[in-house]
Amino acid sequence: METLFTPFASFGGGLLIGIGAVLLMLGLGRILGATGIMSGLVFAENRDEFAWRAAMVVGMILAPSLIFLVTGTMPELSVPVSPAMIVIGGVIVGFGASLGSGCTSGHGVCGLSRLSVRSMVAVPTFMLTAAITVYLIRHIFGA
Amino acid sequence: MKLIFALFTGLVFGAGIALSGMMNPAKVFNFFDVAGTWDPSLAFVMGGAVIITFIGYRLVWRRDAPFFDGRFQIPTPNVIDARLIGGSAIFGIGWGIAGFCPGAAIPAVGTGRWEVALFLVAVTAGFYVRRLIAAILSTAKTA
Repeated sequence: METLFTPFASFGGGLLIGIGAVLLMLGLGRILGATGIMSGLVFAENRDEFAWRAAMVVGMILAPSLIFLVTGTMPELSVPVSPAMIVIGGVIVGFGASLGSGCTSGHGVCGLSRLSVRSMVAVPTFMLTAAITVYLIRHIFGA
Repeated sequence: MKLIFALFTGLVFGAGIALSGMMNPAKVFNFFDVAGTWDPSLAFVMGGAVIITFIGYRLVWRRDAPFFDGRFQIPTPNVIDARLIGGSAIFGIGWGIAGFCPGAAIPAVGTGRWEVALFLVAVTAGFYVRRLIAAILSTAKTA
């Protein structure tokens, strides 16, 4: 399935993601990593650690509605895979991201920006395995 | 005030994710599908986000502390180990299977699509699997 090349919307979205990451550092002094925020919610150490993450998640969930209010359309979301693939992929994502201490936001955006050596290893690693996985599924197994 | 700030931060980050195309699995697959229906848009997301965060972090770190905390909490480890590489590699495989990563899926909950909720439940299960294996391994070591 083809998707439209959207360099301007994607770059603009990236700028906003960056502003979000900078704001969290300015306000709370934390790295904006979605894996850390999620696991910090699930395995919260105390009420305060739970509360700011919960507030952030509420803000994140409100975002598509904000986009709808401003642009009149919901963000595009098409899922070309089966529910089984979503579950299998999700478990692997949760396992791998918590083992590797980060995902696209934590290692990708924040880690690269602070020139973390670990993130400079993590990011090419997961980009490569994701690309190999997509290649195998689409072109070798022909799903 | 801290919680309102966190909510606003989540809203900005989520709006960026929504605008960028990151929450659209079809676009994620096509970003990695260089040999097929390639759509390089998502490279612009990372570009925009890293530019802002790289500059923004350095401005913020001129302060002694963030607004709502006594200190900046920045990860200090710089060891490249098997956990980092293995975890990242596994995360990439899951991302390539499901098409969602945690930072994209949390705001995507706001679109009301059931696939997103299913993915996040699976990610949480993945967190538990990682903890369970870690617990078993540490018991085996002490036994």
